[in-house]
Amino acid sequence: MMERAIVLMGCAIGAGLALIAGIGPGIGEGYAAGKALEAMARQPEMKGELTSSMLLGIACAETTGIYGFVTGLLLIFVAPNMFLGML
Amino acid sequence: MDISVTGAKILFEIPVLGGIKISETLVNTWLVMIVLTGLCIWLTRDLKIKNISKKQAIVEKLVTMAENLVRENMGEKWMHYVPFISALMALSVCSSLSGLLGLWAPTGDISTTMAWAIVVFVQITYFKLKTNGFGGYMKGFCDPIFVMAPFNMLGEVFTPVSMAFRHFGNIVSGGVITTLIYGALTVANHALFGWLPGIVGEFLAGVPFLTVGIPAVFSLYFDWFGSAMQAFIFAMLSMMYISTATD
Repeated sequence: MMERAIVLMGCAIGAGLALIAGIGPGIGEGYAAGKALEAMARQPEMKGELTSSMLLGIACAETTGIYGFVTGLLLIFVAPNMFLGML
Repeated sequence: MDISVTGAKILFEIPVLGGIKISETLVNTWLVMIVLTGLCIWLTRDLKIKNISKKQAIVEKLVTMAENLVRENMGEKWMHYVPFISALMALSVCSSLSGLLGLWAPTGDISTTMAWAIVVFVQITYFKLKTNGFGGYMKGFCDPIFVMAPFNMLGEVFTPVSMAFRHFGNIVSGGVITTLIYGALTVANHALFGWLPGIVGEFLAGVPFLTVGIPAVFSLYFDWFGSAMQAFIFAMLSMMYISTATD
């Protein structure tokens, strides 16, 4: 029983820690959007091009956050069964 | 109240080669493909040069948009890539949006997005081999210095992985968050009216006041915007990777 509790606790804490990865993309995406807005204010005629480039950059910045999210999902839904099966 | 977040259910199994499992993903992907093919056949019927119908005007607009996207991002010599890119985009958008109909969205399965990413990766590698030759391709890994080769190889392999995970993660996170919001609103609904005594409280707690409108707002972002966005990004990245592979 104790081992099961420890395994589940470890998985839950790990999932929580994995989602810390959301901080980086949050900051990065906000920075990218802000910079794009600055550029748009300077040159409004470039709006279309800037928007698509910004979205592409934001999507790339998001990847690390998504990795964290997938790790969290794995820790919640896959890892407990796997580790409890090992016991 | 129960919240369940599951993967694609396995519907049945074909008993060949040790059992091929047919999951919801496969069935729904085929449904989307049939719908898209039917749509294409219906939209391209009796096209005219003069006195065009509204349907034809919409089709022409869509085709022009796809052509402009490819021309801007890949250049004039890649115009034969318009069908591939637009097919990828249409399949991605329709797969993600099929989640709105209560189906299991095929893009919420890593197998689907990984398959698309591998298709793109094969083309990237093909064009790299074609432009540089096998020796040049291998030399490309030792770019600044040969010590960097393992990292360059890792970077090469992670191109399709990151593309697949980006698409998959965005769609799945939208689904998970929508499920959680729905569950939370059901609880809130019970808490709001459950304290009323007798049959009135029981009746009002059972009526989903909160779950009617609010999830739709979130679905607007996570399903509509997210689906269109991810399809666009997947297509953009494929275009960029493929067109820069020949440099």
